[in-house]
Amino acid sequence: MHDDTTRPLPFPALRRRGFLAATGAGTLALAGCGGGSGSDDGGGGGSPKKGGRLRAAFAGGGASETLDPHLANLFADVARAKALFDKLADYGADLSAQPRLAEKWEPDKALDRWRITLREATFHDGRPVTARDVLYSYRRIADPKRAFRAKASLEPIDLDASRATGARSLEFVLKRPTAEFPNVLAAFGAYIVPEGATGFDTAPVGSGPFRFVSFTPGRSAVFRRYDDYWEGAPHLDEVEFLVANEESARINALLGGQIEYAHELNPTTARAHENEGRIGIVRLRGSAMQAFCMKTDRPPFDDPRVRRAFFLIADRRELVEGALSGAGEVGNDLFGKGYEYYAGGLPQREQDLGRARALLRQAGAEDLRVTLDTSPVAAGFTEAAGIFRDQAKKAGVTVEVRTGSKDSYWSDILDNGTLCCYRSGAMPIEAHLSQRLLTDSSTNATQWRHKDFDALYQQAQSTRDRTGRAAVYERMQRRLHAEGGFLMWGFADWIIGTARTVRGVGTEAPANTLDWARFDKVWLA
Amino acid sequence: MSGLRSFVVRRLLLGALQTVAVVLLVFALTEALPGDAAVALAGDQPDPARVSAIREAMRLDRPAWERLADWAAGLLHGDLGTSLVSGRPVSQYLADGFGPTLLLATLTVALLVPAGFGLGVLAARYAGRAADRLISSVTLAVYAVPEFALGVLLVTVFALRLGWLPPTAVGYGTDLLAHPAALVLPVLVLLSRPVCSLVRLVRAGMIDALASPHVAQARRYGVSGARLRYTHALPGALAPAAQQLARTVDWLLCGVVVVEALFVIPGLGTVLLGAVAERDVPAVQGLAVVFGVLTVVLNLGADLVAHRLAPRAGVAA
Repeated sequence: MHDDTTRPLPFPALRRRGFLAATGAGTLALAGCGGGSGSDDGGGGGSPKKGGRLRAAFAGGGASETLDPHLANLFADVARAKALFDKLADYGADLSAQPRLAEKWEPDKALDRWRITLREATFHDGRPVTARDVLYSYRRIADPKRAFRAKASLEPIDLDASRATGARSLEFVLKRPTAEFPNVLAAFGAYIVPEGATGFDTAPVGSGPFRFVSFTPGRSAVFRRYDDYWEGAPHLDEVEFLVANEESARINALLGGQIEYAHELNPTTARAHENEGRIGIVRLRGSAMQAFCMKTDRPPFDDPRVRRAFFLIADRRELVEGALSGAGEVGNDLFGKGYEYYAGGLPQREQDLGRARALLRQAGAEDLRVTLDTSPVAAGFTEAAGIFRDQAKKAGVTVEVRTGSKDSYWSDILDNGTLCCYRSGAMPIEAHLSQRLLTDSSTNATQWRHKDFDALYQQAQSTRDRTGRAAVYERMQRRLHAEGGFLMWGFADWIIGTARTVRGVGTEAPANTLDWARFDKVWLA
Repeated sequence: MSGLRSFVVRRLLLGALQTVAVVLLVFALTEALPGDAAVALAGDQPDPARVSAIREAMRLDRPAWERLADWAAGLLHGDLGTSLVSGRPVSQYLADGFGPTLLLATLTVALLVPAGFGLGVLAARYAGRAADRLISSVTLAVYAVPEFALGVLLVTVFALRLGWLPPTAVGYGTDLLAHPAALVLPVLVLLSRPVCSLVRLVRAGMIDALASPHVAQARRYGVSGARLRYTHALPGALAPAAQQLARTVDWLLCGVVVVEALFVIPGLGTVLLGAVAERDVPAVQGLAVVFGVLTVVLNLGADLVAHRLAPRAGVAA
């Protein structure tokens, strides 16, 4: 299987790309690998070595998995999709859009026409990536008869009016000014496939760093290095994606040397192995926002004083310690801690039961009873609900915890109930605002609908100047911090285990970003 | 033998009815589950417009009876339908998952029968003495350990601590025979509980049989030792054991979810779990048919064996 290793390929000069340098990610040696017995010191952490197959285990989707990149829904799907395909842009560690297949982008004055220049890249069959491929891909995603995940993200584009202006240049016409348009290009699932491609499970052709070798749904996908990758060929000969849904199976397989990369480990597992030296533990900070979500359009949370009281009830440290086993950091009721445009200057909120009681009294909500919806759908949800119930009791609020079905939780809580557990993966702050907090947002779980807030969002999107935009975003975040419906109490680490031979795993990138689950920069020492 | 034939025919008819009932029940239950495939697929982005688009694309917007009728019509042509989620034929799901599960079941039974009967006979032979007490208490103790715990324990000791065996079968796909070492621990876990119940059944049956008048008569005729035990007493003890064995095989074939998950073996249990979580109704229905038919056939076989071995006991249909 490793016939590639015999080919004397000169190692392509590694260009340190600007965004990697800027984010500090890239080819860092793994934390936790240096302290062991020293048997891994042969290659140091330093210069990449070519060759080998890396086996990576993810929780998967079973027998119904597909390689159609536009259907990517689970972490395993995305990891496979990003090995085979490229997007026009992707998120850096601070969730700002970084150019990928799009070499550069340029808006017109009104911010509603964007000219994109593609870089010189080829698909695995040798054809160049052209503007027509991009338009085909986006039109496929936006097909009204289909339900691809990225469809909502591409909504700002008027695809009928958009056109190719050359082989590698195109112009997107937007329905309205969108200063943050590059985020659309980086949207979850907006992959570029060759024009006319429909079936993806037998021989998918992409322009990503790896090319297709084999795929068995629910079990294994083997991809081989694509030597002509525009960013330089990957170090690995092959990467194999394996599916192991049980966390215990993933960690056992890693400890037993059956795999080299285990995605999504429990905090307790991580703690047990962190300083033992048998495996490396990588913590991707700021990956999963954890919140309670109050419906702001119905009692008791239609009264901002009650919402403020709830903000003050939460002991965030205790929630992080208890529900996340300490693997995370406290939140400040704002999304995207550490991301671009995050309003980091606002004071950290602390528990203040006295003020909470006073606010509840003012609102006439003494002896308040609320039902908190939770479900084992995400790590820490049921624990968080129990902890918050106890904290609320100290403020005289009776919280009744109701555990719902795992499989329909997200749609159950969207419009029903008054208070629920909530979680979100990393996305730009702009995307969080537009998807969840505007009057016409598709998943507005806090039922936050304010015309003036919508207007601020439009204002930000028509502001060319970055500082001006940051100021508008800060105003929006101040408002949410003061009286929003999201009680964001923490940001969980995303935990990955690696064999001691694995190098080059990005340690800064939250899950869902470019450097997460990125195997073209990884090598085996 | 015509009595036997009509018994078989009656049992098969009954079995067909049972299978239909199982399928209807499964369909009704999956319909009653909160949320459908569209909701499950939409996950944490349950944008109502997107959910309804998925629903339409999957043709879930049609009434339940229409979907059931379509499916039943396909079934008459031997077509189990296509997965809602991937659009691949359900029969392929089953074919893929069947191999590993069958292999595990075969290996387990191949070890279960000699181990169960051997230990059972041994315990009965020394009833009340040290060997019996040892076998009885160990089987009781092992029986009390849940599979998941036993699996974790075995992996920790034999795979991670001692390094004798691989901890999981991840990456081996369906070609498990090429990696026999990976099968040892799963088979041990699968074996643990059935072997205990079988030993106890055989032991009890043997003790009863050894005390029965016909064995006493044989003994008076001077039949002795092994021959007495194996040709005169054992058959009487076999009938309940055979039925227990059928239930065990059934349980094994229907995919032992815990073991498959723990050791990453892509069998029917894994397929079933995925299908239920995704509300992939056609896949769940297909599995229900297969499991229903298997159960009927295996129990029929067990009853026939019991019928032959202990005709006096009658056959509980």
